[in-house]
Amino acid sequence: MSSSPEPLHRALGLTDSEFDDIRKVLGREPNHLELALYGVMWSEHCSYKSSRIHLKRLPTEAPHVLVGPGENAGVIDAGDGIAVAIRIESHNHPSAIEPYQGAATGVGGILRDVFTMGARPLVLMDPLFFGRLTDARQRWLVEGVVSGISGYGNSVGVPTIGGELTFDDCYSSNPLVNVLCAGALPTERLVLGVASGVGNLAVLLGSSTGRDGIGGVSVLASAGFSGDDGAASLDDAKRPSVQVGDPYEEKRLIEACLELLDRGLVLGIQDLGGAGLVCATSETAARGGVGMDVDITAVALREADMAPFEIMTSESQERMLAIITPESWAAVSGLCAKWEVRARVVGHVVEPVRDHDGNAVGMLRVRRGFEGEVLAQVPAASLADQAPLYDRPRQRPADLDAVRADDPTDDEPVGSPNDDLLALLIDPAWVYRQYDSQLFLNTVVGPGRDAALLRLAGPGLPPSRRGIALSTDSNPRWCALDPRAGTALTVAESVANLACVGATAKAVVNCLNFGNPEHPEVMWQLSESIDGMAEACRGLDLPVIGGNVSLYNESGGSDIDPTPVVGLLGVVDSLVAPPPGWAWDEGDALVLVGTRTVPGPRPFPLGGTKWATMRARRGGSVPSFDPGPFARTVRFVAGEVAAICAGTASDVTAVHDVGGGGLAVALAEMVAVTGVGAEVGELLGHGELFSEFPGRFVMTTSDVEVFSARAQAAGVAWARLGTIGGSRLRVEGAIDLSVGDIAARRRDALEDALASAG
Amino acid sequence: MTRIGVVIFPGSNCDYDAASAVSELGATCEYVWHSATDLSGFDGVILPGGFAHGDYLRPGALARFSPVMEAVANFAADGGAVLGICNGFQVLTEAGLLPGALQKNRGLTFLCQPTTLIVASTRSVLTCAATKGQELVIPISHFSGAYTCDDETYEALEANGQVVLRYRDNPNGSRGDIAGVANEAGNVVGLMPHPERAMSTLLGSADGRVLLSGFVSAPVDVH
Repeated sequence: MSSSPEPLHRALGLTDSEFDDIRKVLGREPNHLELALYGVMWSEHCSYKSSRIHLKRLPTEAPHVLVGPGENAGVIDAGDGIAVAIRIESHNHPSAIEPYQGAATGVGGILRDVFTMGARPLVLMDPLFFGRLTDARQRWLVEGVVSGISGYGNSVGVPTIGGELTFDDCYSSNPLVNVLCAGALPTERLVLGVASGVGNLAVLLGSSTGRDGIGGVSVLASAGFSGDDGAASLDDAKRPSVQVGDPYEEKRLIEACLELLDRGLVLGIQDLGGAGLVCATSETAARGGVGMDVDITAVALREADMAPFEIMTSESQERMLAIITPESWAAVSGLCAKWEVRARVVGHVVEPVRDHDGNAVGMLRVRRGFEGEVLAQVPAASLADQAPLYDRPRQRPADLDAVRADDPTDDEPVGSPNDDLLALLIDPAWVYRQYDSQLFLNTVVGPGRDAALLRLAGPGLPPSRRGIALSTDSNPRWCALDPRAGTALTVAESVANLACVGATAKAVVNCLNFGNPEHPEVMWQLSESIDGMAEACRGLDLPVIGGNVSLYNESGGSDIDPTPVVGLLGVVDSLVAPPPGWAWDEGDALVLVGTRTVPGPRPFPLGGTKWATMRARRGGSVPSFDPGPFARTVRFVAGEVAAICAGTASDVTAVHDVGGGGLAVALAEMVAVTGVGAEVGELLGHGELFSEFPGRFVMTTSDVEVFSARAQAAGVAWARLGTIGGSRLRVEGAIDLSVGDIAARRRDALEDALASAG
Repeated sequence: MTRIGVVIFPGSNCDYDAASAVSELGATCEYVWHSATDLSGFDGVILPGGFAHGDYLRPGALARFSPVMEAVANFAADGGAVLGICNGFQVLTEAGLLPGALQKNRGLTFLCQPTTLIVASTRSVLTCAATKGQELVIPISHFSGAYTCDDETYEALEANGQVVLRYRDNPNGSRGDIAGVANEAGNVVGLMPHPERAMSTLLGSADGRVLLSGFVSAPVDVH
């Protein structure tokens, strides 16, 4: 390993043209350290260089949006002087290699993004995607990821209140571990990651800096940069690049940072995430239009002899960068000592320099001592914002028409609806029982339901009767068939889920998990998906306030199905009573609310459904979508539930969105949870059992006359399906199962699969 | 008005919840940092749930060395009401203020779920307002909640009425279905379930009120 076989910039992941760009920016040859800084900052992960031109098409504005995309988290005004910050991220690749730490550090990272805004993190959600559990490796991944989220989230003291659990072969080699965090703050405390005021100090808070998470840049160790070829540097190069998390450090860091903010001791604050110190210092300086001198000898290290590039790019966890005035230092350092949080002044805010044209340019200077040798000197903004943007080639997959033509709606045999229904039931309780879902006394509706519903309260917040609702949704089966329509339907599905807890949707965050962007088919999927999301959000009047793009989710040349995950935040104006949930009663009338069929030749399309996928039929077309009736239905359902949450007496006893698995699964879930059966008359066809399209709700009412009059008045379609009662779920001519069988099968499905040998 | 101190160790996380609950019941609540050495003026002290000192080594093993624990021991010896919830219970057993120990759950996973408790004794500052045999729905949220003790201790606990709460359906493998125990005098109580999370039907149950309202208004002498 005495020398790299290719030019250093390529080994660092920079193309020849990117290398030329760097030379142009600097007006000279970069040194190795500078090249390393560009290598990490201009990576896909940090720069979004393949997706940025497409993301611009998303709507991002609404009167209640306080902070949109581009900051650490999006923020909305939730009313009553309270702002809610929200962010979603992926930790897919680390979790594939080391599931416990990958998932745990994903939780840690997203928390820092939220409290960076001044918000106390109040909830986490975890959408998870694995291969099928018949494979032993998948069981190892599931157990590792879930225990990592549990171990970190519970200990750090932020409840995990929902998520998703999807099993599909396309994730076998590339699991997806996404994590969403929402927090709240008094609106006036909102802070941004900006460095300002020449002479101010940049203080590195939290953990010491080690060699973990150096990742791709570790090539420098074997490129002779560390100055010590041979066995030692070979060891360094092989060091695991997955970071290791410490929730106890994070908990103290959260409390220290929130107290610093409460006491007005910080001017700006920024978490250290991907690309570590170089990212935090260059981003804060670039936002403030100032320069920053960083003294690498001031950084507390876990190991002696770390090279400057390692110190600057390490992704060691549980670290924050705070910008303070020199006068505050004594108070800051005292407060950090109380919380046993390390605080070191590692940077000075300095005047920008003038370039040849007289423009002010904030320089990031990496030095050995504040007055010592300058090791690297680059314009901060060139690292943070001036990565090249790519419009990569896009191409509709050649086989898409053939896939769509192979529609299971037309020719898949009906089989046994009883057996199919049982096979589709799965209760994720084994997962969410491992998460503390109740901390802060806010969880009104927790995991395992249509959406989570929380009181909007917490330490340091003004009193409020409002609630917030959250849901994460995805449908890769739809998106594989039609990424544009599939993504639009996913947004709609999410809005429908929120309606079940009485919430009005306010803002979207997205996590776009796609394959290799150098495959034109993947870029086409990404671009189409973004257009679908933009269309749906415009149609439903929803701003997208943040997101994350995870590309290169491929293995052995095979890309995952496009998996845009929608995180939706909504508000309930008055939350004094719980929503009805799924708890129907004997004798209630069972009603389907919403447009019952899809217009067109296939009233109950089965393409992309769980039912068809279970039979290895992955073709067909996704249902068409009419936003008009959908919006009316959702408004009606949300209004019915919101009235109950506000304390109004109602004849409505249960509400459940018809989602994955279709009407049959929705009914069976309610049967399993209540232990009470239902008698349902003949449906409009076998397809109605398992067809999936958003905008339908199972509702029960103790007074169908009164209920139907309200639906009528709202211009919402409804149909009486049957009556609640008995110990069986019977759908005339289709399904006849005992309540006990349904409940047992649903309860045991996941644990049985995890316990299977092989 | 009753004055309750809620101790915060680095890593505690149910401090706000415990303080909210007892404040709602009319008590005056103050946070006490773990370095405090004086608890005079308080009518009761709560050690809340969480992961004190990161639960490093094992839950409560380091927290018992925090300066405040000597003050808690003195406070208890003077007959003051002390309540340890979840991690606080673990700390009290590690500190020797309550008998027994908490082991990892039988299933070796964290468990957060509602449980039904049965009041086994009312001779404690926590259960004094409840009735014997009363069923209370209160959630658990822990990894190390399986109560264990030797035979001699167990017999003494039974004989003295120190078992104050039992699980109806044992979720974690606790010996004798024990969910909470008191010291012999009844003024120090620990339990793994979280009564502060069961203060309102909006959140699923209000059954925790009978326990915490008893604690807040408990006469110091519960004999």
